[in-house]
Amino acid sequence: MPAKISFDYPQAGTLRVKLSGDWQISSGIPSENEVISELAKNKDTAQIIFDTSETGSWDSGLVSFLFHLIKDCENRNIQVSHQGLAQGVEKLLALALKVHTRLIPPKGAAEPFLDRVADKVLQLYSGVLGLLNFLGEVAIAFGRLLRGKAYFRRDEFIGIVQKCGANALWLVSLISILVGIILAFIGAIQLKLFGAQIFVADIVGIAMVRVMGAVMAAIIMAGRTGASFAAELGLMQVNEEIDAFKTMGISPVEFLVMPRVLALVIMMPLLTLYADFMGIAGGFLISTSVLELNPIEYWQHTQSAVRLSNLWVGLIHGFVFGIIIAVCGCMRGLQCERSAEGIGAATTSAVVSAITSIVIATAIITFICQVIGV
Amino acid sequence: MGEAIKPVIEVRNLDLDYEDYAVMRGLDFSIKKGEIFIVMGGSGCGKSTLLKVLIGLKEPARGEVLYDGVNFWQQDEEGRQKIMRRFGVLYQGGALWSSFTLGENIALPLQLYTGLSASQIQEVVELKLALVGLSGYAGFYPSEISGGMCKRAALARAIALDPDIIFFDEPSAGLDPLSARMLDDLILQLKDTLGATIVVVTHELASIFAVGDSAALLDTESKSMIAIGNPKELLANSNDPRVIRFLTRGERQAAPAGKEFTR
Repeated sequence: MPAKISFDYPQAGTLRVKLSGDWQISSGIPSENEVISELAKNKDTAQIIFDTSETGSWDSGLVSFLFHLIKDCENRNIQVSHQGLAQGVEKLLALALKVHTRLIPPKGAAEPFLDRVADKVLQLYSGVLGLLNFLGEVAIAFGRLLRGKAYFRRDEFIGIVQKCGANALWLVSLISILVGIILAFIGAIQLKLFGAQIFVADIVGIAMVRVMGAVMAAIIMAGRTGASFAAELGLMQVNEEIDAFKTMGISPVEFLVMPRVLALVIMMPLLTLYADFMGIAGGFLISTSVLELNPIEYWQHTQSAVRLSNLWVGLIHGFVFGIIIAVCGCMRGLQCERSAEGIGAATTSAVVSAITSIVIATAIITFICQVIGV
Repeated sequence: MGEAIKPVIEVRNLDLDYEDYAVMRGLDFSIKKGEIFIVMGGSGCGKSTLLKVLIGLKEPARGEVLYDGVNFWQQDEEGRQKIMRRFGVLYQGGALWSSFTLGENIALPLQLYTGLSASQIQEVVELKLALVGLSGYAGFYPSEISGGMCKRAALARAIALDPDIIFFDEPSAGLDPLSARMLDDLILQLKDTLGATIVVVTHELASIFAVGDSAALLDTESKSMIAIGNPKELLANSNDPRVIRFLTRGERQAAPAGKEFTR
């Protein structure tokens, strides 16, 4: 039987609320607003009593109804009698209504717009300071490594190199081949208009070697390795493992960040080279099969178009991207808040900031190359 | 009369904040050499924040922490690191480095701060593991052993360099009664064998009465330390109902018979 409320007035100023039926959350419960509306009709009501003679089964739905009703009546100076309520309901209500000392810091009221803007600016400022501080710590750690003073676990370093190098090859292969194919198709559509389809080889070769190989490898590594660095270090932060390093006088940057930065700085140029090769291979396959270009001619065009300077520009991209991905991943991991949500936020932030920085760095390197004529 | 025992740790007029929120005000106490000092109080009262300040992980809002008379937070990074090398810390969750085996966890501080050879380090690691009842577990990773064993292994790491001050953050948290008791016994043995000064942050009454030489009770409402002394004596003699309530799990609200409360 569904839960129902009915009202009567056994005496002047006393509202009797009759609770009948099954008061269970799963089958729905009436709103306390029905009682409030009744109170609004009879403004001289000073007391509420309950009749539970026809109340069937109940759960916390009934307690929740009564809790909110009592709170509302407190504000209206209406007395609520607990008489007639089942013993279990009364006990739960007593627990819920018990006044606890406020232990948590009070949340301030909504801040004015200018205050919020100022907060954001200050957050940005402290974020930049934090980044510079972190880069400084990484530089110091490298200095110590070069002087042979840093503590370095070779086995762990090799493991990281493997994870961010060899283990990423399949993904880098797939994406790079597809990018090579896409570039070949797009180039072919335009070049066909001029009967110069063979220049697809130049487009694919230069684009892959100069920028696209490095950028595609970097985006894969930001999503794969950067996120993994942030999650690993974030979890260590949550488990107090980072604190344990600090209290033992071991720099987490030297011990955890430096091997990761070093591994990516070494592996990213190599992955870039590999991506370049796979991209060119993808373009070659599609051009010689679907576009029916001569394989030897294609290869000769690629060789003549791709100069050593293009290769260097691509490798510099890879080197810079390696630093960016490792720094973003590790920094966000170390800044992680101590909660599961914090790890998620750190991981997301690591990927977003790495990809944004990769695009900005690409623009800067391209501009510099343009200015110096490389 | 013998010479008074010098305090190893002195906390003077210490204020603790959590972000912009005042947690504790005007903490003042000292801990003698070789003493087991308990920092107790309800959840959220600032025990762990105090511990972070004591072990150098968080700068206090105001006040001083002195180790053998040296003001810790006025030292530069190098000076603080030098003092911190005297510490052993057992974190609430153990905080063993998950990518290291138990043996490597214990060996790392030895490799960094002693001139011992690899075989000597191995011997020390085996000894420390044996002290906490984990002989033969050196090759295990933290994920391969139970929570109680992780705590004991973390204790072995904390005592790897024979520190003269050992901090314990909620040592019994998450442990079954027997493991908790075993850890209490280990704390007492460390005091007797190493002569270490031990600071335990806890709200476990059984541990407080079992190991505490002295204890400070922090109160959330007044944001201050409301009692200090031997826990058993506090229970027997305190005039403060808040102290009695805490030390009896709220079972007794009043002072022992014949005593009057001031509040």
